[in-house]
Amino acid sequence: MNIACFGLSHQTASVDFRERFAIPDSALSEALTRLRTIEGVEEGLIVSTCNRTEFYVAGAAAQLPATRFFEEFYRGLRSGDEPHFFGLWADTCVQHLFRVVSGLESMVVGETEVFGQVKRAYEAAVLEKATGRRLNKLFQKSFHVGKQVRSSTAVGRGSISVGSIAVDLAEQIFGKLDGCKIMVLGAGDTSEKMARSFKARGAHHIFVSNRSFDRAQILAQETGGRAIRFEEWDREFADLDILVTSTSAPHAIVTAEKIAPVLKHRGDRPLFMIDVAVPRDIEPNVHRLDGVYVYDLDALQSMAERSMEARKQEAAGCDRLIAKHVIEFQNWIEKSVNPMTNPGACLASADATLWRDRCEVD
Amino acid sequence: MHLDFLGSFVFVSDRTWIWLATYCFVLASAYSAYTLFAGKFMAPRLTFGLVAAGFVCQTIFLGIRGHEVGRCPITNFFELLTFLSWSMILIYFVIGSSYRLSLLGVFTTPFAALLSLWALIQPESSAAPVKHLVNPWLEAHTSFSIVACGAFALAGLAGLMYLIQERQLKTRRPSSVFFRLPPIRTLVVANSRLLWLGFGLFTVGLGTGFMIGEDVDWRKVAWSLVVWALYGGILLARVRRSMATKWVATLSIIVFGLLLSMFWGIRFISDVAPVR
Repeated sequence: MNIACFGLSHQTASVDFRERFAIPDSALSEALTRLRTIEGVEEGLIVSTCNRTEFYVAGAAAQLPATRFFEEFYRGLRSGDEPHFFGLWADTCVQHLFRVVSGLESMVVGETEVFGQVKRAYEAAVLEKATGRRLNKLFQKSFHVGKQVRSSTAVGRGSISVGSIAVDLAEQIFGKLDGCKIMVLGAGDTSEKMARSFKARGAHHIFVSNRSFDRAQILAQETGGRAIRFEEWDREFADLDILVTSTSAPHAIVTAEKIAPVLKHRGDRPLFMIDVAVPRDIEPNVHRLDGVYVYDLDALQSMAERSMEARKQEAAGCDRLIAKHVIEFQNWIEKSVNPMTNPGACLASADATLWRDRCEVD
Repeated sequence: MHLDFLGSFVFVSDRTWIWLATYCFVLASAYSAYTLFAGKFMAPRLTFGLVAAGFVCQTIFLGIRGHEVGRCPITNFFELLTFLSWSMILIYFVIGSSYRLSLLGVFTTPFAALLSLWALIQPESSAAPVKHLVNPWLEAHTSFSIVACGAFALAGLAGLMYLIQERQLKTRRPSSVFFRLPPIRTLVVANSRLLWLGFGLFTVGLGTGFMIGEDVDWRKVAWSLVVWALYGGILLARVRRSMATKWVATLSIIVFGLLLSMFWGIRFISDVAPVR
């Protein structure tokens, strides 16, 4: 097939090692030029993100061992570098790219950011005219596969961060958050992230209360909310829908005894409480009250872990889907060796011209 | 004449429309259950289209049958169950779209299908034209009462969904199904609206029942008053905020179960010699 991928990633190298080999956007053009000076590289493309640096090449150089390729490109490797490199050839290279674009090789399985990063890397290579028929076809196919994996499997579903899980739960309790009254107790980093997450999902009525009123005011200003003095936060309690607590209080500040009388006046409105403080701000038996749902850090983290596990399990189904596309690509390559038997084979280069035109316009 | 023509054009009997409606509801149920539990995206238009098709089939049947019997087609248990299933879907279409997708797809259609199947296994299903003058109060009484039951059925289903969601939240291990069902607050509102709607219609049905002016079977009246009082009690407790939401939801299901048994009881009463 004469296509190979040489690289290093978070699976093979630590961050300090990856830093040495990373190629910033500003140096990408020069790196692509250098890549094509290596003997036997007919087409080349570089994907460099914080988690991986990968070189996709087509031509005689695709037969090189990984270390030899890195030596040719970087010049002057150190002893001990070798085990961190990997080389993937022919169909394993194709499969790897499809998995990368689909988010299956990412640190957080199923994340979508890598799709855009690979797309930008491809656009840069097209603009530099570093790609040809084989890599054009390979990468365009990978984008199609990535989209299909996301739309037809659950690999990207389910939140995996504590903040987004809390907001997902809130939406599943109240529907839209724009009419919900949210109070954030404590104005530290966690509170800030939570408040921002709620604001990003449409919450308007955010109250911030903190022992230091100045900090409460700053966070309230940033989230478009209102600051309340810490001594007065429980006065607003009856009208609340969501309470986020992350204070550094040494004992529980929300107790069943304190809120049970308030609940009688709330009718059938549920009350959602998110306790991200350690030690906890909300007494555990508050969760037993009717219509009150308390989620502490353990509960949220356990949900995050289950989402992650579900994504990993879904990866098996993704691989079956990817395997079909790898075979399709192999067939295309075999036919395209002799264009006379497959007149449609030159379509890929025409596609690349269109892509290049579009990139230049962009 | 036109409806007779429609009834006999392709089909052997008007029951065939109910079979068609049942197929539509079963297909919609199977598709919704598959999308819900397999974690696939829902296709609301397909589910909605199937339910709408089922509803049209039921409406055609009721039109044909009403034309044949010369009154509102609730003359036997087969028609009564069909009318109840039709009412439930009608209420669903009327009540709004806030929880349409899941409530309709996953819970309403299996129930509508079950009611239709229950109707189809009834031995007496042929039309029995009325020979005497139709009493409009009786017509209003039966139709209002059964449409009210359709609303109570949906209230019970909303209550069931609420309990499922509530349970998942309390265990702190919500499954993927939790994120596909409607928000818990929406279910509370839907349950409340449906209870009020059903109670209003049932009250009108009960009131018009007293206006019939014929001999009244007091056993039926007593059953109806018990159901009316139970629903009234639930709503009163809700207004006074003296009952937890999960109990309101639970009672919506239990009292509707009682209502269904009342249908059974009415049928039994109708089979034995009436006491007037």
